Amino acid sequence: MTSASRRGRRLRSQAANGYGMIAPPALYALLLLALPLATVVYLSFMTDGTGVREVIRTFTVSNYIQAWTDPIYRALMGRSLFVSTLVTLFTVVLAYPVAYFVSFHVSPSRKSLWLFLITIPFWTSYLVRVFLWKVILGYNGVVNSGLKALGIIDQPLTWINVNVGAMVATLAHAYAPFAILPIFVALEKIDRSFLEAGQDLGESRLMTFFRVTLPLSMPGVVAAVLIVFIPTVGDYVTPDIIGGGKLPLIANVIQKELLAIDNMPLGSAIAVSAMLIVGTLSALFVLVNARFLKVKK
Amino acid sequence: MTSAKPMIELKDVQKWYGDYHALRGINAEIRAGEFFSLLGPSGCGKTTLLRTIAGFEDITSGVVMIDGKSMEDVPANKRPTNMVFQSYAIFPHLSVEQNVGFGLRRDPRTAAEKQKAVDETLEMVGLKGYGKRAAHALSGGQRQRVALARALILKPKVLLLDEPLSALDKKMREHMQVELIKLQRQVGITFILVTHDQEEALVMSDRIAVMFEGEIAQLDDPETLYRRPKTRKVADFIGVMNFLPATILSEAGGKVEIEVQGFGRASIDADQVSNSHDGAAAVGFRPETLTILYEGQTPLDREAPGIIEEVVYYGDMTYYDVKLDGVTEPVRISMRNVFGREVLERGARTRVAWSSGALVLFR
Repeated sequence: MTSASRRGRRLRSQAANGYGMIAPPALYALLLLALPLATVVYLSFMTDGTGVREVIRTFTVSNYIQAWTDPIYRALMGRSLFVSTLVTLFTVVLAYPVAYFVSFHVSPSRKSLWLFLITIPFWTSYLVRVFLWKVILGYNGVVNSGLKALGIIDQPLTWINVNVGAMVATLAHAYAPFAILPIFVALEKIDRSFLEAGQDLGESRLMTFFRVTLPLSMPGVVAAVLIVFIPTVGDYVTPDIIGGGKLPLIANVIQKELLAIDNMPLGSAIAVSAMLIVGTLSALFVLVNARFLKVKK
Repeated sequence: MTSAKPMIELKDVQKWYGDYHALRGINAEIRAGEFFSLLGPSGCGKTTLLRTIAGFEDITSGVVMIDGKSMEDVPANKRPTNMVFQSYAIFPHLSVEQNVGFGLRRDPRTAAEKQKAVDETLEMVGLKGYGKRAAHALSGGQRQRVALARALILKPKVLLLDEPLSALDKKMREHMQVELIKLQRQVGITFILVTHDQEEALVMSDRIAVMFEGEIAQLDDPETLYRRPKTRKVADFIGVMNFLPATILSEAGGKVEIEVQGFGRASIDADQVSNSHDGAAAVGFRPETLTILYEGQTPLDREAPGIIEEVVYYGDMTYYDVKLDGVTEPVRISMRNVFGREVLERGARTRVAWSSGALVLFR
């Protein structure tokens, strides 16, 4: 046997090894992600039948026309994007100083302890955390009872848990660790001599932050934005519980169309549309920040 | 060249890190326009001292003056110094010209004038036409030039260089040493170089401060430092120095009579004596001040017999470790391998020529 063919065989067996290793997650992704997704896309082009769960297999784009023209869906999509944008903005803007503090002002031996503390909210289920906010903001919640006890109000305020702010607070709280960690990692990677160089070249600490630290930490910020923005657009638990469903988002409508109203094709079309919008916005965001992401260190 | 006016004055500079005494009372004057080196082993405080001048470290006590002004409470960004970092710290998110122009943000000149300044500085450091390149597409030597350009474009009064050549390979390092000397002469700025490489310091500097354990052990020009080290430690750190036990017989009229093991009696001038008080009296001498005498050769001054214990061949040079008669430790002798001079065998008996003028007495 020649050495070339032996090497070829070894490479092939290495490749086989690699495929073998990724096979389980690949299968998992195929069955539980790609297949359902394909089903949803397929359903979105079908026609709704009158029976329960009935779908008539006739190709149509009318679902999409309805999804994109009905003012209700447009309004809900708009509100979803508005809420997600606010949540993302708040979460990332508030997460940055925390990540910065841990990276720059916590002694190296204490950093893992801080990260551990930051992940504590993950120890409880998201549902519990949402209910916690309900306890704080609800009809007989902490805020209302407190204000009543202080004599500032006679009757509990009903609006404080039925507004966008309550939703933003709940979601920002839930997603904070997701935003802190990637920013922290990006900040950790920055060679500290860059910051000294910035000051050495005549810039104050603040200007050095804006000209050196921030641009170099942008990969972490971009990751944080995507990690927070994408799932919050699709969130339906929070609007359901906070405010008792009086401020539905696009995901609540998709859920209703699919289950309560039993119009699977329309629900699927709205879902696919929402996915496309989120995907496009995320891609645009990455594109805008491409120059920061290409930086090699 | 150098003038006598001090650019930097350090008066009893002390630095404590917790209970670690990093700088133990540094006193020095660095002249305007000179190439000054801080030389010492790692942990001697040379980098701390450099960072103190740059403004990255607060001092515990003492005074740092730059160009006649106290630097107390003057932050790094307001000091007339610029630094070339050991890692070069080239901003990875900026192009070469953006890096070089980084410090010009508040410069009142127009964008076109600034661009011209950037181009000129890049040309000065030999990087003409590299302006648009990404920082990561540069080699180590090129990064260093960018770091130099970025600092020099701001026309600092003092340029600080923190082991700038240590990351380069030997050939490149030697090349850059010469380039840096030329550059310093061209711009006339005071350069302060931190290095642990004694050869580099000797090659490049007008004056060198040798530091050990947070103190300046000796501050002199390279030749004095090499030929008249004040302590054995300095002598050992700079190049190779042989030591032989000695006894002082008499001192009179600027002359010192000594008895050196292996050499015999010698008379030296008083300025060849270092009162270092770091051990028993001994004379020190450099390997190149000794000469192996071949058959028929006579010494210029004195000679001593011995036996060759070890031969180390370096191509251009040969090092001989010769055990002189009556001495336990061998002395190292370097001989240039000039044409026709044969390399001697290990174990051969030989005669060594020496001169009392090349001796330094440590007592």
